[in-house]
Amino acid sequence: MKTKMKTSTFVTIMVIAVVVALYTLAPFFLVCINVFKNANGIVADPVSLAGTSFNQFLTNLQNVVNNSNFSFWYAFGTSALITIISLILLALFGGMAAWVICRNKTVWSNVIYMVFIASMIIPFQVVMLPLISTFRDVGNFVGLSMLQSIPGIVFAYCGFGGAMTVFILTGMVKTVPYDLEEAASIDGCSYEGIYFRIIFPLLRPSVVTVTILNGMWIWNDYLLPSLMLGQNGKVKTLPVAVQAFVGSYVKQWDLILTAALLAMIPMIIIFLIAQRQIMSGMVEGAVK
Amino acid sequence: MDSVNPAKKALSLLFLIAGVALLGWSLAMDCMGGGALYQYRGAVLIFGVIAFFAGLYLFPTLTHHRDIVNVIFLFPLLFTFGVTVIIPLLLGIFYSMTDWTGIRYTQFVGLANYAQMFHEVSFLWSLLITVLFVVFNMVLVNLVGFALALLCTSRLKGVGFFRAAYFLPNLIGGIVLGYVWQFVFNNVLVKVTGASLLTKTPSAFAAIIVVYIWQYAGYIMLIYVNGLVTVPGDVLEAAAIDGANAFTTLLRIKIPMIASTITICTFLTLTSAFKQFDVNMALTNGTGSVMDFMGQYLSNGTQMLALNIYNTAISKNSYALGQAKAVLFFIILACVSLVQVRISNSKEVEL
Repeated sequence: MKTKMKTSTFVTIMVIAVVVALYTLAPFFLVCINVFKNANGIVADPVSLAGTSFNQFLTNLQNVVNNSNFSFWYAFGTSALITIISLILLALFGGMAAWVICRNKTVWSNVIYMVFIASMIIPFQVVMLPLISTFRDVGNFVGLSMLQSIPGIVFAYCGFGGAMTVFILTGMVKTVPYDLEEAASIDGCSYEGIYFRIIFPLLRPSVVTVTILNGMWIWNDYLLPSLMLGQNGKVKTLPVAVQAFVGSYVKQWDLILTAALLAMIPMIIIFLIAQRQIMSGMVEGAVK
Repeated sequence: MDSVNPAKKALSLLFLIAGVALLGWSLAMDCMGGGALYQYRGAVLIFGVIAFFAGLYLFPTLTHHRDIVNVIFLFPLLFTFGVTVIIPLLLGIFYSMTDWTGIRYTQFVGLANYAQMFHEVSFLWSLLITVLFVVFNMVLVNLVGFALALLCTSRLKGVGFFRAAYFLPNLIGGIVLGYVWQFVFNNVLVKVTGASLLTKTPSAFAAIIVVYIWQYAGYIMLIYVNGLVTVPGDVLEAAAIDGANAFTTLLRIKIPMIASTITICTFLTLTSAFKQFDVNMALTNGTGSVMDFMGQYLSNGTQMLALNIYNTAISKNSYALGQAKAVLFFIILACVSLVQVRISNSKEVEL
């Protein structure tokens, strides 16, 4: 396979690659130039750089960030809080469950594992309506607000993310030699200590994968928070805020595009920092 | 080893009793109401659960310690999973056979909701275009993704950049993407196309497909790249020595060797295209007129199944009907996935 590529072939491939890249990046580019224009400038000429000014960008930013329908910092903080807490709990509880399921070969552990695997096929739509009513009823009964609250939504994400997390982490636990656990046990490590001191640190690569997969999903999820928190509820995540904002400013593209930019930026920054991990994590999650 | 320590036993029992007492107290408040601390019953419940598990954990036993830890380790995830997935799933199947309003139901109606939805022409239309959408996307996303993967594994300058650029759209949530593309179709491409593509049903449907490919092909590409790099170099070398050209190598060596990757990608595109909701909602919100479908005029030309379910329940407030549609959605998805896995498995064995 070490044959030299013909120059013409190379040029063709390069051209195709660049054209496709231009196509995939074009919408981002359009967003980036149009946030520097006012509403009239966008409608008049959305493609060129004419009419862009930095001051206009600051004005747009101010109009959006301080807008009570969007409340960017609040929505951003809520989204970040929900995502981070859910990810920590999923990694912790998922690892614990995966270890118990993997190391105890009983009928029960098999049944639990099978139910987890089978549940991955369940689409959100089939559980979403009863979920809301169940959460409302349970919340009313025990006196904890499950809807319109951050703990409630974290609880839901732990439930929905659990299956995939256990599936991937079980695969990892299987690769840890049992001898390690026996050695630790002989050295006087308690049963639960084996998990926290030996197994959990060794699960790190898979925990990273799981965190990336769950993180992308939880951060971008719209349907679950919009149903649980309500369209214009007190608590709102970033996607819900964008939807509410766009709904109240139809066709005001200067505001909408600035809001879109603000919603995209955190994810893009994280991607630029952890590009390799994110791409390999997404692949690993799919291949397993 | 550690003998049963009476102090530890006493502590454990104290926690257990306190836990049960707190739980009982909170449940009593739930059922009877009243009391000055009624509003704090949730906190009492949580402390009760924690105390109970602490007692369980401290319980001095040599034979059952492992079992106790197993239960404690499994409990959090199983509990959340049960409350958010299993119970709503079972309730949902039940509710789909009642006149449920989202809050309560008064009577069991059997399969009436299921019969009703098959008489609803707009629902049949949603079903039809969802199937079309899935078929188009399964083919197109895989073709585009595979082509991009070949591009990214050929000797290209700056592969890292191109890979990241192709993958980038997949990072952004469907709602935001939908609005950005709505802008592109309505304000930018409109200068080329005359009228916005989103106004006519067929072109709007095509637009959703284009956006979906744009969003998803980069991800599928990454998985194909992952598969293609596992094709051993010496096999490719042998093929080259035997005089195989690039096309033959692709057809006879690369594709058969990554059959399992193709299975994964087909499965992923199938299920995710089927569940498509965010882009559909943000881009067209399901609008689009259909002049004559089974003798009726429809205004939900681009409304796919997931969005149809959502609108039936949330906008039109017919929870039971929406739930029945959702159950059908689940059954279709489950059947298709099973058949698809079967077919792919049998093909892989042959190779």
